[in-house]
Amino acid sequence: MKRGKLMFELKFDEEKCLACPTFDCLVKCLYMDIDRDIAKTEMKKIISGEDSFVLHQCTTCYSCEEYCERGNHPFYLITDLQEKKGILPMPKPLKTQFINIPVPTRRDIPQFWAAEEPVISLCIFPEYINVINESKLFEELSIIIGRYFFCQLMYLHSGNPSLIRERLPGIIENIAKHNFKEVIFFHDECYSTFTSYTDAYGIKVPFKPIHFFTYLYNKLKERKEEIKPLNKKVAYQRNCSARLTPDREHLIDDIFELIGVERVERKFDRKNALCCGGVIRGQQKYDLFRDVQKKNVEDMVDVGAEYCVFNCPACFDSLSENVSKKDIKPIMMHDLCLLALGEKTARK
Amino acid sequence: MIEMNTIYKSLVEIVDEEYVSNRKEDLYIYSQDPGMMEPHEPEYVVMPRTTEEVEKIAKLANDKKIPIVPVGGSLSLSGLVIPHHGGIVVDLKRMDQVLEVNEKSRYVIIEAGVTTGKLKAYLEKNHPDLRFSIPDAPPSATVVGNIVIHGQGRLTQQYGFNSDMVTGLEVVLPTGEVCKIGSGSVSPYWFSLAPLPDLAGLFLGWFGTTGIITKLGLKLYPKKKIRDIEVFVVEDPNLVPDVINRVTHTEMAEDIFIGAQPYPPVFKDIIMIGMLLTGDSEDEIEFKRKMIWDALRIHIDSKEGGFMMMTPSIKQDLLEMPTSSTTRFADVMKGGGFEYCGPIIPVEKFPEAFQKLLEITTKYGITYGNACRIIGRSHCMMFSFGYPFNRADPENVERTKSALHDTNVASLDIGGVPWKPEVPAQKMIMEKMDKNTLELMNRIKKVLDPNGIMNPGNWEVE
Ligand SMILES: Cc1cc2nc3c(=O)[nH]c(=O)nc-3n(C[C@H](O)[C@H](O)[C@H](O)COP(=O)(O)OP(=O)(O)OC[C@H]3O[C@@H](n4cnc5c(N)ncnc54)[C@H](O)[C@@H]3O)c2cc1C
Ligand code: SF4
Ligand code: SF4
Ligand code: SF4
Repeated sequence: MKRGKLMFELKFDEEKCLACPTFDCLVKCLYMDIDRDIAKTEMKKIISGEDSFVLHQCTTCYSCEEYCERGNHPFYLITDLQEKKGILPMPKPLKTQFINIPVPTRRDIPQFWAAEEPVISLCIFPEYINVINESKLFEELSIIIGRYFFCQLMYLHSGNPSLIRERLPGIIENIAKHNFKEVIFFHDECYSTFTSYTDAYGIKVPFKPIHFFTYLYNKLKERKEEIKPLNKKVAYQRNCSARLTPDREHLIDDIFELIGVERVERKFDRKNALCCGGVIRGQQKYDLFRDVQKKNVEDMVDVGAEYCVFNCPACFDSLSENVSKKDIKPIMMHDLCLLALGEKTARK
Repeated sequence: MIEMNTIYKSLVEIVDEEYVSNRKEDLYIYSQDPGMMEPHEPEYVVMPRTTEEVEKIAKLANDKKIPIVPVGGSLSLSGLVIPHHGGIVVDLKRMDQVLEVNEKSRYVIIEAGVTTGKLKAYLEKNHPDLRFSIPDAPPSATVVGNIVIHGQGRLTQQYGFNSDMVTGLEVVLPTGEVCKIGSGSVSPYWFSLAPLPDLAGLFLGWFGTTGIITKLGLKLYPKKKIRDIEVFVVEDPNLVPDVINRVTHTEMAEDIFIGAQPYPPVFKDIIMIGMLLTGDSEDEIEFKRKMIWDALRIHIDSKEGGFMMMTPSIKQDLLEMPTSSTTRFADVMKGGGFEYCGPIIPVEKFPEAFQKLLEITTKYGITYGNACRIIGRSHCMMFSFGYPFNRADPENVERTKSALHDTNVASLDIGGVPWKPEVPAQKMIMEKMDKNTLELMNRIKKVLDPNGIMNPGNWEVE
């Protein structure tokens, strides 16, 4: 049990922080009002393993991972310290649910013998099997899906990240058994796990993770002539795990350009993106949850967005009702692409 | 044989040949229910259409001293419709008319065979602003059958047992007289049982041993436009009574249920307390939600409890009325066996009951589903020990039977009273019952049913 915890250590360079000119990790945090001086004091505490209000108030939005431009891992450090100090970002029973959700059941399949590359991992989102199987855009893809392949990264939200390290080697083994050279990950939470998180803890990944948007972009390019520009204004809802792999962000703009939609400039996009609210609600910060959702949706309305585009299915679930009420159509990125190709979409 | 033929003929004269049967295949169907009790065949099944027909059947049975067993949807699961002593099963499903809806005084008058599904659909179509307290039983359950067993439904937390919502009855007594009960006995309006002596109690909870209800007056309630749900989760069963106390204090939830089950993994090791929120506007819902969140802040701050994150599909499942997930769970073992013992217990006894549930299911190696419903503003609760079993596996049946027995013992031990008890559990209750009360029950039964023809075996002292 302890093996994972002992084996994998976070690569965190304290020196970088000591010489940090910005303390952007905390200064840019959208959920705490922190200036540079406070940030400096609190980061020092966190680095030396002391208690800090940051550990208690953090919404686990992942963003500081992106705000730090010096290659450090402030968010992973925060979550490790939360666990060490027994600080629970979520109530215990929700943590228990998180722990139990990915435990394989009789319905889960440990190995997909027939799967051939190119292969996509659908994580635990069976609702997308049809769209992958039925649309021309994805016709060449094989699927692996289920709890045996679940990335486990969500324990960053529930104050027990060591479970990620405990379970991840097994998950990697399950995927590796198939001998794929490359695996496309539908959910970027998985992609981030097998890139950012494994890098940060020195966990070996014996296959090449491909971001879904990389695949999507390349496929769209191949079928460029068939694309009918949508000419719509869209708001993009960034999700938390996107913060772990900011180098993939340009793909969103590239795809939007290909399918002819305008990503409207708005206050809460890109680095300044707001959380969908789901996790904040799970943390039982109800007022903040309402406030964040309201600000986010109003921002979309203000810039005249016609669609709200999602990458993460859970963000979709958490925000779609609210945007719909404001006559903005919620849509998953791949569905938006299918629209541009005149193909059937999975979700309305 | 001659006697049997004359009875058959008499029944045919009352209801027409089409609606009487003594054919083996029909008797087989009516010999059992989905629960644990041993099957027993009746001699006849009859399906009357009118009160007059029921009246004639009762007179015939009383005259010939043959048992009669009134039957609705046969879904009460505890053998209450099994004709333990044979006789005539009176299946009331043909009496399925919604007779009157009084919109202003908010009540409905229905015949005995109206199912919960039919009444729901009827109101949705004709009176969309009104609703009744629908139980989570399959929609083929009858409203009257549910009232007879003191059922509970979606409005029970606000207004008590579904039987507390009765405004009037029409009853055929075992000796054949037809009686009206409540304001309907004096006036054309069936608005309430009060201010008259409450005679409805002579028929509610008696499992058809005191008469056959042919018509029912039932309270209807405003139907709000929007419904939503919050689910509070805890791990520690000891916290549940306090959570219930706080939520019911707000008076903001419409229905409150508790659920615990080991499968699927997302529900393992937690106890869910579901709270239905209804309102005519988003603002109303939001206000209620906020009140409930605030009321439970103490458990949130201690990190011991929190509002569950729900996917839309879980939410949809929970909002469904009646919930089909209960019915799906009932057949989780396949083989078509399901029984639940749902004692009515004081709310503070939840932790003890929960402990017993875990002990019993571990002892017998069987699966469980626990679904409780708060009755009144935390005045008591139905705590269900639900045991799906495989009828085709005799060993599984035996274990479930033993578990059910232990459950009844445990329910009484903790101070509860088994709900819709099967005959053996009725006996356990009567053993524990105050002797004078038992004597009173006996006296009432004798007066109403001098020949002991009504659903014999039930509420019977040997
Ligand atoms: C999956 C599932 C979920 C359930 N959920 C609930 C729930 O949420 N709440 C709840 O209360 N119950 C629930 N039940 C239990 C039960 O199904 C219901 O209470 C149902 O309404 C009983 O009605 P019935 O027509 O099936 O009654 P029956 O089983 O046919 O009859 C019940 C009793 O009433 C007597 N009776 C029937 N009609 C008359 C009459 N006209 N006059 C005199 N006596 C009569 C019968 O002889 C019998 O003793 C559930 C059952 C299942 C299988
Ligand atoms: S984590 Fe990064 S941004 Fe934060 S103090 Fe260290 S170097 Fe600076
Ligand atoms: S994870 Fe988000 S909320 Fe927490 S410190 Fe980092 S930026 Fe702030
Ligand atoms: S649902 Fe979206 S925001 Fe939540 S954990 Fe998944 S990626 Fe992050």
